[in-house]
Amino acid sequence: MYDFILERPTSLDAAVALLSDEDAQALGGGQTLIPTLKQRLAQPGRLVSLTAIPGIRGICRAEDGALCIGGTTPHGEVATGATAYPALADLAGNIGDPAVRSRGTIGGSLANNDPSACYPAAALASGATIVTNDRQIAADDYFQGMFTTALEEGEIITEVRFPVPEVANYQKFEQPASRFALVGVFVAKYPDGVRVAVTGASEEGVFRWTEAEAALSANFTADALDGLSAPADGMIGDLHGTPAYRAHLIGVLTKRAVAAAS
Amino acid sequence: MPKDGGIGASSKRREDVRFLTGQGNYTDDINIHGQAHAVFVRSQVAHGTLNGVDTADAAAMPGVLRVFTGADFEGVGSIPCGWQVTDRFGEVMQEPGHPVLAQGKVRHVGDPIAVVVAETYEQARDAAEAVVPDITDLPAVVDMKAALAEGAPKVHDDLTSNLCYDWGFVEDNRDAVDAAIRGAHHVTTLELVNQRLVANPMEPRVAIGDYAPGTGDSTLYTTSQNPHVIRLLMGAFVLGIPEHKLRVVAPDVGGGFGTKIFHYAEEAFCTFAAKALKRAVKWTSTRSEAFMSDAHGRDHVTKIELALDEQGQFLALRTDTHANMGAYLSTFAPSVPTWLHGTLMAGNYKTPLIYVNVKAVFTNTVPVDAYRGAGRPEATFQLERVIDKAAREMGIDPVDLRRRNFITEFPYATPVAVEYDTGDYNATLDKLLEIADVAGFSAREAESKARGKLRGLGLNCYIEACGIAPSNLVGQLGARAGLYESATVRVNATGGLVVMTGSHSHGQGHETSFPQVISEMIGIPEDMIEIVHGDTANAPMGMGTYGSRSLAVGGSAMVRATEKIIAKAKKIAAHLMEAAEGDIELKDGQFSVAGTDKSVAWGDVTLAAYVPHNYPLEDIEPGLEETAFYDPANFTYPSGAYACEVEVDPDTGKVTIERFAAADDFGNVVNPMIVDGQVHGGLAQGIGQALLEGCSYDSDGQLISGSYMDYAMPRADDVPFYSVDHSCQTPCTHNPLGVKGCGEAGAIGSPPAVVNAVVDALQRAGHSDITHIDMPLTPARVWSAMNG
Repeated sequence: MYDFILERPTSLDAAVALLSDEDAQALGGGQTLIPTLKQRLAQPGRLVSLTAIPGIRGICRAEDGALCIGGTTPHGEVATGATAYPALADLAGNIGDPAVRSRGTIGGSLANNDPSACYPAAALASGATIVTNDRQIAADDYFQGMFTTALEEGEIITEVRFPVPEVANYQKFEQPASRFALVGVFVAKYPDGVRVAVTGASEEGVFRWTEAEAALSANFTADALDGLSAPADGMIGDLHGTPAYRAHLIGVLTKRAVAAAS
Repeated sequence: MPKDGGIGASSKRREDVRFLTGQGNYTDDINIHGQAHAVFVRSQVAHGTLNGVDTADAAAMPGVLRVFTGADFEGVGSIPCGWQVTDRFGEVMQEPGHPVLAQGKVRHVGDPIAVVVAETYEQARDAAEAVVPDITDLPAVVDMKAALAEGAPKVHDDLTSNLCYDWGFVEDNRDAVDAAIRGAHHVTTLELVNQRLVANPMEPRVAIGDYAPGTGDSTLYTTSQNPHVIRLLMGAFVLGIPEHKLRVVAPDVGGGFGTKIFHYAEEAFCTFAAKALKRAVKWTSTRSEAFMSDAHGRDHVTKIELALDEQGQFLALRTDTHANMGAYLSTFAPSVPTWLHGTLMAGNYKTPLIYVNVKAVFTNTVPVDAYRGAGRPEATFQLERVIDKAAREMGIDPVDLRRRNFITEFPYATPVAVEYDTGDYNATLDKLLEIADVAGFSAREAESKARGKLRGLGLNCYIEACGIAPSNLVGQLGARAGLYESATVRVNATGGLVVMTGSHSHGQGHETSFPQVISEMIGIPEDMIEIVHGDTANAPMGMGTYGSRSLAVGGSAMVRATEKIIAKAKKIAAHLMEAAEGDIELKDGQFSVAGTDKSVAWGDVTLAAYVPHNYPLEDIEPGLEETAFYDPANFTYPSGAYACEVEVDPDTGKVTIERFAAADDFGNVVNPMIVDGQVHGGLAQGIGQALLEGCSYDSDGQLISGSYMDYAMPRADDVPFYSVDHSCQTPCTHNPLGVKGCGEAGAIGSPPAVVNAVVDALQRAGHSDITHIDMPLTPARVWSAMNG
C-alpha cells in the first residue's frame, strides 16, 4: 500500500474535522478498505480510524423499542449481543469468517454498500434509521445504488436503529468463491406490513421486492408467493450466475425466509 | 496390532512440529544481507506488439538500482521446454522461444515486461508503476478451436500456426479403431471439458538470486519441487552457468501440486540480476501475480467415443482432444496431454483398440503444464464418464459393465504401449462397495427425498502411471532428461545417519516416511535417521518430486544405497568378530554370527569405520557412506475405485457431497497415516475441480477469475468425512519396496465420481435428458441444466 497518515481521533468532532480534508478517508474495521489499499487501488493521504471514538460502539434498546447498534460495533458483537433481534444476530454471525467478524463494523458495511453485503438487506427490510453525526436517514432514502449511499463526504454513521419485527429471517445463498451473498433475502414482518429486501442480485444494489411485500402482508405464508417471480431485468450476470438464475433465487430464498420466520 | 516404528507404522510427521509452530524455513523466510527487491511489470493485455518500454522515470525514483527490460536479455537463452513431442506425421512439435522478459510482443496477461530492482520492496513497487510499456494491442486468441481457424491471429509470428502438434496414438491403430466404431453394436459419444485450474499452493512462489563476486558462484533460493532440474535447465539453457558454479536451494516449500516443478522466468531473472548488480535480489509473488504467472493445469476439450458389443464388451475407444498450451511451452507441458494422458486411456479395461488424437494449441493465456495427476485425471475423467453414459444407454448396471471389462491377468500390455505389472481391480471394487455401503443407498435416497433433496450415487475406477520412469523409455518419447533418482546415505561415527535425497518434500512427509524404511532395514530407531533434501550442494543429482514418484523411485535409490552400507558394515562386523562375512546377520541393530552368541552392535561397527584402529584397512576403506542411483524398470500402476454420494437441492442446483469412499491399491504402504492424508488432500482437490474451481478468461484474454473473490477453492465445509481404505495391496513387482505411489490418486479418481453422482441424482429425478454437465458443477450450472 501507499504511505498514509493514520489518525485515531477520540471524539466525533475531531473525526469530523479530520475528515473535512478531501484527502482523508474514514476507516471502520477496514475489511474492504485495507485490502483495497494493499492492492494500491486507493491512495488516501490520511486514514481516520473511527474505532477510538467513545459512545458509538455497542448495542442498546431505544425507548420506542428499537434496537440501536453503534456504528463501530463489529459483526461478532452483533451476533452475540443482538438477542432482541435474532434474525439480525444470525445475519451478523454469518458474515465472512471469525477474523472478519471481529474487525468489520456495521457502519463500515452500510457506508460501503457493497451490492453483495448482508447488512444492507437487514437495514432496508427493517426500515432502519441510519444515524450520522449530522442527521437521521431512513433506510428507504439511504441506499442509492451499488456502493452509493445518501452519506455526504465526511459524514460518519454513529448508530443504526432497527425497529424489531414480530418475526424475521435472512436467507443467504453464498457465491461459491467469495461467500458473499450471491443472493440474500431478508424478510421482516411488522404490525403494519411485511418488508422484503434483496441483496446480491441487482445491478442497483439492495432493493425491496414490493410485489412480495404486498402478497406477504396479506398472507404471511410461503404459499402466498406462488406465481410471483422477480424480474431478471437489471439483475447481475457474472461467472457465478445469470440474471435469470439470480431472479429465480430471489423467489426461492424469499419463500425459505418466510417459512423459517413463521 | 499397529507397529510402533518402521515400515507400516503410522509414525507422526516429525516435520509438522516446525510447520505448525511457525518454525519452518520457507524461501521467503530467507533474507540475505544487502538484498535488493524485485517487482515485475506485467502485461495487462493478452496480446500486443511491444514497441518499447519507457523506464526513465522509474529509474530516477528513490532507491531504484536498475530497471531491466527484454533488451537486457538479448544475449540470454530462452526458457527451455523439457519435452519434445513428435506428431502423427513424424514431425517434431512447433517450439517457440520464451524470453525471460518480453521481447517484441506480449502474449498473455501477466507476461513479464520489465523488472524494477530497488533497495526496498515499496520503492520497487512505486517505481514499477512508473514504467510505461508502449503496446499496440493485437486481437487475442483464447478459444482453442478459434485459434486453429484459418487466419486466426498467431501467438508466435515465427511459427506457421497456433498448432503446437497434432499427435496420434497409436497411429497404426487409427484405421482399425475407425472400422471397429463404424461396425459396432453400440457407440456412446460424450463431449466434455476438463477445465483450466490454478494450482494455488498455500505458499506463493519466491526466488532469491545471490552472487559471490569473490568466487563467481551463483546461488538461487527458490520454491521448487526439483532444485537439481532447475539448476540444469537454468544453468545450461538460459544463463550459461555450469553446475559447479551454481547452487540451487529449495528449502521448506509450502505445497507444489506440479506448478513448482517448472523453471520460471523469475528464477532466471533473480539469478541474472544478482550477478549484474553484485547483490542478492529477492522476488516474492503476490497472490494476484500467482494467478497470472504460475503455470495452470488441465484445460482439455474432448470428444470421446466408446464402441461396445451386445454384451457390453468394449470394442474400441476413440478420443479427440484439444489441449491448451497457453502462450509458451512450460517445462513439461507437451508431455501432459500425450504420454501422461494417451497411455492411460485403457484405464482398468481390456479394450482391444484405442486411438488418441491430441491437438496442442497456443493461445494468449498463461502457460498450462502438469497439475496433480497431469494427464491422468483428464484420461480418467473422460473414460469413466463415457462408461457411465454407456451403461445408462445400454441399461447395464455401471458396476457390472466395469467388471465385464476389467483386466484380470497381469502383466497386461495395453494397446496404448504400457504394461501393467500387477493389480486386482475386482478387489478394490469389492472393498469400495463395502466401505461406501452401496447396499444402503436406497434407504438414504428415500431419506433425502423426504427432505426434498435429490440423492445420487456415482462410482468409477481409475488407474494411473506413477514413478516416472525408465530413462531410456522416456528418452524415446521425447523427454530431454533422465528420470532416475539418487540418494547418498552418510553414516556417522556414533551410528546416526543422514540421507541426502534428490526427492523433494513439499508436504509429502518424506522426513518421516523415508527414515521408517531405513529403520526397518537396519533395526535402529527412526530418530537416528535424518533426511536432507532440497539443496544441490548436498544431494547428488536428483530429478525431484512429482508424479507420485518419491518413494517408488527416490525411496528405491535410498534402499539401494542402504543395501551397500549394510554390505560394507557386515564386512567390518565380520572383522570385529573374526568371522566369515557370509555368516554375519543383521537384526534389530545387532550384527551376529549365525549359529553363535557372538554379536556387535550397529554403533560398534560405525565407530570402527571412522576410528579404524581394529579394521581391515588392507581390504576396505574407512568411513561408511554410499551413493546409489535408481532408474526404474517400469512405471508403477496404482489403481482403485471411488464412490461419491451427493444431494442436489432442486430449487437452487446446489450440490453437497454427503459421502465419499476411496478404495486404493498403492501396493505396500510405509506410513498409513501419511497415505490417508495424501488421499484426503487429493480428494479435496478433485472435489474442488468437480464442484468449485474454474479459471476463466473473457474473449479478450482478460483473466476473470484472478482472485479468491471469483476463483473458488475447496474449504473444509465443502468436503465430507472420507472413508479411505488401502488394504487391497498388490505390491509393485519391479521396485525393491513394492510401492506404487499415492500422491495424485485422490485428484485423479474423484472428479468422475462426483459428476457421475450428480448426473445419477438428476436422472433419478426424471431428468433423463441430462447426461453430462461440465465442471465445475456450480449451483448455477446444475440449475441451468435442470431448467433447460
